[in-house]
Order: sequence, then C-alpha cells, then structure tokens
Amino acid sequence: MGKSQRHRGASASLEPVAGNGLLSRRALLGRGIVLAGAAGVGAAGAVTGAAAEPLADDPWSLEMGGGTPPLQTPSRFEKSVVRTLSNPNNEFRNSHARTPHHLLQGTVTPNSLHFSINHSGLPDIDPAEHKLVIHGMVKQPLVFTLDSLARYPLVTRMAFLECSGNSAPLFSNEPLQLTAQGLHGLCSNAEWTGVPLSILLDEAGIDPAAKWVIAEGADSQLLHRSVPVKKAYEDALVAIYQNGERLMPGNGYPMRLLLPGFQGNMNVKFLRRLKAIDQPAMSYFEGRTYSQILPDGKAWRFHFLQEVKSFITHPSFGTKLKEPGYYEISGVAYSGTGRISKVMVSADAGKSWAEAALQGPVHPKAFTRFRMPWRWDGQPVVIQSRAWDEAGNVQPLRAEFVAARGETKKPPNPLGFPNQHYNSLTSWGIDASGEIKHVYA
Amino acid sequence: MSTRKVLLVTLAVAFAAGAALAQSPKLGKPITEADIAAWDVAAMPDGRGLPEGKGTAVEGAKMFAEKCVACHGEGGKGVPNVAAPMIGGQPLTNGIDTPKTIGNFIGYSTIVFDFVRRAMPYPQPRSLTSDEVYALTAYLLFINKIIGETDVMDKQSLPKVKMPNRDNFIVWAPDRI
Repeated sequence: MGKSQRHRGASASLEPVAGNGLLSRRALLGRGIVLAGAAGVGAAGAVTGAAAEPLADDPWSLEMGGGTPPLQTPSRFEKSVVRTLSNPNNEFRNSHARTPHHLLQGTVTPNSLHFSINHSGLPDIDPAEHKLVIHGMVKQPLVFTLDSLARYPLVTRMAFLECSGNSAPLFSNEPLQLTAQGLHGLCSNAEWTGVPLSILLDEAGIDPAAKWVIAEGADSQLLHRSVPVKKAYEDALVAIYQNGERLMPGNGYPMRLLLPGFQGNMNVKFLRRLKAIDQPAMSYFEGRTYSQILPDGKAWRFHFLQEVKSFITHPSFGTKLKEPGYYEISGVAYSGTGRISKVMVSADAGKSWAEAALQGPVHPKAFTRFRMPWRWDGQPVVIQSRAWDEAGNVQPLRAEFVAARGETKKPPNPLGFPNQHYNSLTSWGIDASGEIKHVYA
Repeated sequence: MSTRKVLLVTLAVAFAAGAALAQSPKLGKPITEADIAAWDVAAMPDGRGLPEGKGTAVEGAKMFAEKCVACHGEGGKGVPNVAAPMIGGQPLTNGIDTPKTIGNFIGYSTIVFDFVRRAMPYPQPRSLTSDEVYALTAYLLFINKIIGETDVMDKQSLPKVKMPNRDNFIVWAPDRI
C-alpha cells in the first residue's frame, strides 16, 4: 500500500457496514470538506486513475471566449438535461413536465427544470393587471396587486412541491422501466418567498366560523381548491418569488398559494381569489381527480398531506456503472410533516441496512440530500432507500404498502395516474455488467 | 379564573392583536361583494353559488351534440387520448385504477355543474349561459341514469339529486381539517 493510500484509506470507517459493500457514512462525515466541495473527487480519482497522457492546451484555452449574455443558460453540452413532456403539442388536455432528478444534484431544483402541471395551458398574465381578492366570511373584502404584496414583510423558506400523482407508475403490478424522472419527476424543491397568508386574512378580518378558504386561479379553468383555515394559519404563503426570481409561468406567475407539505394541486397557481367559507367547495379536483380509490372500493377524500418519502437518484435507471469500485449512492428524502430525521440505504434488497449521511442544513418540508459511500464488487445488487421524519413516520415497505393501497392488475400507461400518494420504496437492480433496471424488491 | 383576571387576559389579547394589526401594512383596497360577483362562481353541494336558470336533458342533448361531442364522444363515451368516458364505469371494487365517471364516482351533482360552468367548452370557457349549463348538467346526469330525461334542473332541484357514490368517501384525516 502506497503512502497516499494509507493516508486516505486506512480509516476503519471504510469497512463495510451492511451487505454488498455499503460503507460507513462516517467516511463522509469525517471529511466534511470533501462532501461540500469538488476537491476530494479529483483526489479520489487520482488513487484509482489509469496513467494519464501528457497535457496540452485545448482549443478553448487558445482564443477569447464567447459573449456574456444577460440571461444565462446551461452549456450546450447539457442539452439533454430537460423536462419530459406529456403534451408537447398543447392539445386540449392537461400537460405535465417532469424534473430530471437523475441528472441533478443537491436539493434545489433550478427554476427552468421545476416540474409543472397545467390543466388548461399556461396563461400569459400581465402582472400589472393581475389582482388577488379576499372575500366571503370576512369583515372587509380586499383586493391586492403584485406591487402591494411585494411591500409586505416577506418570508423565505425552502419547500418541496409534489403532485399527489407523483410516482403513480409504482402502482403498476410490474416495475415499469422508467428513470427517476419518469417515476418521480412530478416533485421538485425550491426556495420560495412570499407573504404569510395569515397576515392577509387578519387584515380582511376573517370570521372565526370560517373553516375553509376556497383558493382559485386565473387560468381558463379557474382551477379551485378548498384549503383548511388551520393550514392557512399554520404556514401558508402567497408566494411571489421562486429561487430568488419571480415565479416561472409554469409555477404560477405572478403569484401562487404555497402550502408546504400539501399536495401540489392545492398550491393554486395564478392565484386570484381567496374566499373564506364554512364548508369545502367540493371542486372537481378535490371531489374527483385527487380523491383516491382504495382496494375495498371506498375512496379517500382530502388526503392533503404528502407523506415521508425518499428515492435514490444516483445511480439509477438511465445510467450505467462502468466498472466495479467506489461510488456514492445518493438521493432525496422529504416529508410533508416536517424534517427528515434518518435515511437508511440497502444494497442487498433490504436484507441489511446502513444509515446514510444527511447533507445539511435539513429544512422542514423540503428535500434533504442523503449520501452513502459504497464499494461495488461487480456482483448483482439491489439498492433502496427508506426515510424517517422527525415525527417518527417511516416510509412503508412495498409489501405493506401494496397490501393497504393496492396495485394495478396489468401495467398501466407510464404517463397515466392509476392512483395517488405513492410513498413506498423505489428499488434499482444493478447486474454484473453495471446495467440498471427498475425492480420490485 | 377571577373576573378581574379574565378581563386582564382579554385586554392583553386584544392589545396584542391590535399591535399586530397596527404593524400590518394594510395595502389591500376595500371592495364590495357586489363588485366581486363576476368572479364568485364556485357552486357548492348545498346549492350555494348556483345561478338562476334551468334546463332539461332533452335540451342538453342538442347542446352536447353541438358543442361537446367532438372531444367527449357520442353519448359521453369518451374519445381515446382526448377525453375519458363520462358515463357508466365499473364498480370501484374493480380495482384502484378504475376509471372515474359521473355515474360511478362523483359524489355531488354540483361538481358537474360547477366544472361545466367554469371550464367548458375547453376552447371557450364560460361562453355558455346558465340555462345551457343546467341543460348540459341534466343531460350528463340523465345519460348516467341518475335523473329522467325531462326532469328540470335548477338551483333548487340540482342539489337534491343524490349521486350513486355519494356516501362512499372517507375523510383521510378529519383531525387535520
């Protein structure tokens, strides 16, 4: 063993802690700087790298570069990092754009890649003309503009948004061969800035007898949902910024309701009306689309909470392991209840588990990146993650989830929504050649 | 608690609320409910929000053939890759992915009225009169065998229509609402 290898690798923390080569997360925690920066990656490469060729200047180092644009876009070499579309020709039906989780890292979804679902296209809203009205069971109905809301005391927070139909392909009785984007692309995570809804409801003088607020958008269908007043006062925002810039049109420009941890559809975009009321409206989306059928034929209504969940993004279907050796298993975990407290990873289809490192800071109701060092010996493995939140909720195992919530009789359309609120495990099977498949385990 | 203590607590609460409101920017402009009426379109299961007007399935069938059939198919049977069927449907015990129709799933007749009024026809939302929306709603209920062909739907009769699946819903977590 060479001097440098002893220096880096002699730590007992690189001993396997669970089956098929999972290593202790202490290997990461003890080297915090390696986790946070790219320096360690180069060093690790040097340990296993083949003999390098002599270095020479590349063409781009020998001439002045291109112009600096006012609005920058990713490198031309990153053209494959895009959302996938369910309705690219904007036919008279809804449209879904899915986040490419398998091509992203960290926790913040870039605005251009944030998922978006639109039930009647994207309205082209002039922010100077847009209005938000609060009325119903209030002392004084009020109208707000974007300019007036921007003068309020603003709150900034991280929050994930997830369509309650996200991960619906996992209700299939057979595993569909889809990437993490195809399976889980209808959730994303951003830093949102907005006005606490409680301030606006207080100013309008909401009647204590009001139990619900109907939230309605300015899209052509005037999409509306009923929101419990309890949630409105807990942590709801009227969001006007997304990752530091104004909202994207597909994410509700110029203002949307943000209900951290609640199903995406309730976070009404293009928000123009809030009506305080004593009963839920029973809108199309709460009374039909987002009420889910249970195996006994009953249906759940008002299943608002997006429950604790995680999935591995690296490695995952759509990529290939080129050779045995060191890899980092990583993914995202989140819970609509609060902070993620623990993520366990298995590389032997759930026979043994090891605790992953959580990349801080861990925000409530937001993506947390987990990381697990791993040395692959080239044998077939099945990798999975399982998350816990601070309230003690745990991601259900697949067998118990299917027993309670059912599965399809035959594989569904991968773009369809056989049911809602899948939050069980995702498993990736890796064969001896390094090919990755979506499997059930 | 003594009366004096109650009074002090009440005063303290009132003061705190007053202080909070005093710091509140109050940049909303007052408006009257009358001036909001054009936007106040949600129809609720108890009939609140339903407009004046009336219609029957006989009238609705003509409207449907004219304005809806292209996307929704003959008699609401649906068109592949465009619109799902709105009639019939398997029992919900047939599987968790049973397609949801008006007949086998929707719990309140007002949901049908409300969605037609706010969203249909897809290319020209809110181009229908209230009579036309009542007529189309009556037609959709009739083809699902829920009302008769000549039953008049209006703001009194519509909320009284009991949908077949109405009592089959469970509130997921009532304590959170």
